[in-house]
Amino acid sequence: MEPLSNRKKNVAQKEMTLSERMYLPAIAQGLGITLKHFFKKKATINYPEETRQRSEIWRGLHVLKRDENGAERCTACGLCAVACPAEAITMTAGERKAGEEHLYREEKYAVTYEVNMLRCIFCGLCEEACPKAAIFLQDDKLAPARYERDEFIYGKDRLVEPLKTTETK
Amino acid sequence: MDSVLLIYKGIYILAIFGISLLIATYSTYFERKIAAFIQDRVGPNRAGPFGLLQPLADAGKLFFKEEFIPARANKVLFILGPGIAMLVAAMSSAVIPFGDTLILGETTFDLIAIDVNIGVLYIFGVVSLGVYGLMIGGWASNNKFSLLGAIRAASQNISYELAMGLSLIAVLMLSGSLSLKVIAEQQAGFNWNIWYQPLGFLIFLICAFAETNRTPFDLPESEAELIGGYHTEYSSMKLGMYLFAEYINIFVASAVMATLYFGAYNFPFMENLRNAFDDPVLGNNVVTILGVGVMFAKIFAFIFFFMWVRWTLPRFRYDQLMKLGWNILIPLAILNILLTGGGILLYDYFTKG
Repeated sequence: MEPLSNRKKNVAQKEMTLSERMYLPAIAQGLGITLKHFFKKKATINYPEETRQRSEIWRGLHVLKRDENGAERCTACGLCAVACPAEAITMTAGERKAGEEHLYREEKYAVTYEVNMLRCIFCGLCEEACPKAAIFLQDDKLAPARYERDEFIYGKDRLVEPLKTTETK
Repeated sequence: MDSVLLIYKGIYILAIFGISLLIATYSTYFERKIAAFIQDRVGPNRAGPFGLLQPLADAGKLFFKEEFIPARANKVLFILGPGIAMLVAAMSSAVIPFGDTLILGETTFDLIAIDVNIGVLYIFGVVSLGVYGLMIGGWASNNKFSLLGAIRAASQNISYELAMGLSLIAVLMLSGSLSLKVIAEQQAGFNWNIWYQPLGFLIFLICAFAETNRTPFDLPESEAELIGGYHTEYSSMKLGMYLFAEYINIFVASAVMATLYFGAYNFPFMENLRNAFDDPVLGNNVVTILGVGVMFAKIFAFIFFFMWVRWTLPRFRYDQLMKLGWNILIPLAILNILLTGGGILLYDYFTKG
């Protein structure tokens, strides 16, 4: 029969030669390959000591920024919660009282602000939606594994940027 | 005089026992390290510097695991199994000459625990007892898979012991002695048996792999087919004893191969070094101490080879294993005996007229 393509291969089993039947040359070759790998550079990254290099725009754990005076920038407008495709962000708004000007930048602020890290897909849309440049995804931190589900709901205690002291400024 | 010798032998036997345990312990570490390196990983590196405390951590873990004995198991035999495996493994290093003689003051110390004139037979007898440990353990577990593993271990050991013994006969024909010490002394300098017995060594090496149940002959514990083979039901330190016995067996097999084929403690130019010293006692002691180092270097090289092969070759199929043992290795070993005998006759004919 005429072959349909020119890729036809003859697969008849050949009688093995003596050296092939002895297997010893093949074993020596295999040992050579494994020995070559023995001296190769290792692919392992020793995780806690060294981390894989991340992209410049890598999106990790969220942070709620403060302004130059140390007051929280977030005004609880809710745009980030609206933008969030995974509905991971919830917040309650409150009114700033007199004497709290050093704590909150605008008259309205977030009393609670929670991100559920199990829902979050780290898309960065909250960062883009924010009109006050308050929420960012850091490029050097990530949400680590935990034992309990409720530990993944990050409140303001874990999200707000720590106050800068005068030394670190 | 006798009491000095007795105390010395006691200390020496304890030292050899300790060294073989230490080497077995660290074999587990190096096995994992070598496996990792061959697979482009780094291996255990968390416990201590370079992970050197890993064997201690493993042993500690094994000791604290639950000692489980199956309800329908034969309790006495179940406990006896790993004990026999361990005892037999530790016994066999007694007749191996780890070094020549050490002269301290007036007395000469042989660096061998028991210098019996049937050393090779002793090793064979003790090593073939080792299969009882596996057999009893596998049978006492009252489990199909354990029993299958034990049967495989027994039939494999019996099959390969034949080829091993036949390949050894050629060496014994050359040496004319069954004492490992005499065989070692005959290979002085670079006059090693491997130059006369390359085929015999190859057969012995393959059989040593089969005798120690190492890949590619680890069918008794092939986890893909038999869960864990003869140690399926074992846990805690009883399992640890089985694993430990395997590593001690590797150490002993390496030592035997180094002694029989690779000149034991002998190294090239050792006579020149001995004569370079004015004091014959000092020369003898320096050469002996170097020789012990050389012996252990050879043993470690063999242990590395065992592990290297394990992480290179896949496992045999059972019928292939039997075919290799009975149809190929035994005829080859007999051929080797014939060739050696012919060679000895020709040599005598031309040298002695």
